[in-house]
Amino acid sequence: MASTQAIFPTAVAACLDAAGHPQGKLPDFARDRGTLVAMYSDMVRTRTFDAKAIALQRTGRLGTYASCLGQEAIGVGVAHAMRGDDVLLPAFRDHGAQLVRGVTLEEMFLFWGGDERGNDFAGPRRDFPVCIPVASQLPQAAGVALAMVHKGEPGVAVALAGDGATSKGDFYEALNIVGAWHLPAVFVINNNQWAISMHRSHQTACDTLAQKAVAAGLPGERIDGNDVIAVRDAVRRALAHARAGKGGTLIECLSYRLGDHTTADDASRYREDEDVRPHWKAEPLVRLRSHLTKAHGWSKDEEDALLRGCQSQVNTAAERYLAMTPEPPRAMLDSLFATLPEDLLPAARELDDG
Amino acid sequence: MAEMTMIEAIRTALARALEDDDDVIVMGEDVAIDGGVFRATDGLVQRFGAARVRDTPLSETAIAGVAIGAAAHGLRPVAEIQFMGFLYPAIDQLANHAARLRNRTRGRLGCPMVLRAPFGGGIKAPEHHSESTEAMLAHIPGLRVVIPSAPAKAYGLLLAAIRDPDPVVFLEPKRLYRSVSEDVADDGAALALDTAFVLREGSDVTLVTWGAMVTETLQAATSLAAEGLSAEVIDLGTLKPYDRAAIRASVARTGRCVIVHEAPLTAGFGAEIAADLAEHRLTSLLAPIRRVAGYDTVMPYLRLEAHYMPSTARILDAVRSVMEFA
Repeated sequence: MASTQAIFPTAVAACLDAAGHPQGKLPDFARDRGTLVAMYSDMVRTRTFDAKAIALQRTGRLGTYASCLGQEAIGVGVAHAMRGDDVLLPAFRDHGAQLVRGVTLEEMFLFWGGDERGNDFAGPRRDFPVCIPVASQLPQAAGVALAMVHKGEPGVAVALAGDGATSKGDFYEALNIVGAWHLPAVFVINNNQWAISMHRSHQTACDTLAQKAVAAGLPGERIDGNDVIAVRDAVRRALAHARAGKGGTLIECLSYRLGDHTTADDASRYREDEDVRPHWKAEPLVRLRSHLTKAHGWSKDEEDALLRGCQSQVNTAAERYLAMTPEPPRAMLDSLFATLPEDLLPAARELDDG
Repeated sequence: MAEMTMIEAIRTALARALEDDDDVIVMGEDVAIDGGVFRATDGLVQRFGAARVRDTPLSETAIAGVAIGAAAHGLRPVAEIQFMGFLYPAIDQLANHAARLRNRTRGRLGCPMVLRAPFGGGIKAPEHHSESTEAMLAHIPGLRVVIPSAPAKAYGLLLAAIRDPDPVVFLEPKRLYRSVSEDVADDGAALALDTAFVLREGSDVTLVTWGAMVTETLQAATSLAAEGLSAEVIDLGTLKPYDRAAIRASVARTGRCVIVHEAPLTAGFGAEIAADLAEHRLTSLLAPIRRVAGYDTVMPYLRLEAHYMPSTARILDAVRSVMEFA
């Protein structure tokens, strides 16, 4: 068994600074205009979805929703690094990752609108639905990775979680078993500094969240989570490491939750606008757009067309979602088991009779 | 046919499942080289290898979570929690995930896992090693709770649980692991889940029980026969979803029911059965339903344990009291 060396990760890897200037040589994929435009477009699409979801919730047409405002680079960067045979286990703020994986906007509106059909993805059939209880998706990711190894599949299980999740036992137990069994699993932490009202500084006495990997004998890295190129590059390397049979990685992505925890939250109860304002200067969309404009001649026309396109896609999906009738009441029983047990037949009949 | 104890029958069923299906894996604390603390998995790692019979870190949340992830991605994990008293960290994974995955994905992802755990008292075990909290698990929609009461049932029900496409908590009454043996055919035949077993037919009173309490309940039925009373004994086998029809049909004939369980009385599974009969067989009942159960207290340490466990005498008292009603 390979011995592990305790390396406490401290440096924060970034490819672009907040103004979009490259920090040294960019990774190969990031020199391709098409690739960058695709990632930028996915971040814009994510933000457009986010704004629409909040608007729908505020007007009583969607359930409680967790905004990912300001953290779009994490999900989009993670999912752009993944392959089709990998499996995503997202937390509840990872809309960007889900969209890139092929979950449709309509499915996402359905889920947040309180309809389980939103988790029956037509696209990524093996991906998990979002995990609402914090950190419990992480041991499951280890299990997906174990199944991949057992079946000789080349995939990697990729789980996303927030900074609060790193205080939970599930996180430690999952990291530990990924380390002990050398499983192909990558854990990406969206350190957006807030677990509802608790600031990261009160969540743990650890200097970094990435250093928690050391306890499990895994490599831990810190990435500028507002830099989609850096996120994608770090996840790409972690996936290659896992695919080579070298085991898992913990990646801490530093970002900032620009919005409320959810639409049911009022962040003004625990933080000041002045605390938030500086973080708008570091948000991920402006950064990549600046780089695209300066290095790849991204034009205002292209930008306008992209915004119009995203708006139209999101509006169309929202209209379809709103037009969908709810499932019949007995749907609450139909998928509980593979076959409805006889014991549930009276309940099914009662629901059928309405 | 070979004569087997329950622990041997469980081991034989696990070996059969591992033999039949490459997707079956066995995992848990000390299940490999040690063969499990009760030896349920003895010899399996030598036969099927360390990749399929896996020692896990001491990590109940991870055991349950890994089993869920592996099950959703195509394996059929049979995970062991060493004692029911240590199952609580896994309940989050079971209740929030295993039991809900198929429903919340509208059938896209299933969770064909089995979580085995020895449970119950009567073996003079240390603190936290003797509880019976099956009702807590039976209250979780989407989860099957299966409890065998004899070696052949353990074999057939465990195979059924492993082959079932949905999650099953398989609770093994450890007092019975080695106390009885019977002929078990290793023929790969599963028993039906969700189906009660009539262990003894009778016409005067219905005794409903499960797990280790089958022993005292059958003893009571034998004593009653000597007194000229005919007791029907029903072993639930599956607690959730349970075979209401079998109990209702029996009580429709006998008019009397005594429910026996080791778990504490209040909100125990006996309460559910009593309520179902009150709702659906009131006109058949000739006497109040009685429950003979553990007391509503913390499981005592081994010196007082015997006073907690429902005894044959307590069952007989309850039956005699319901027989006093004309």
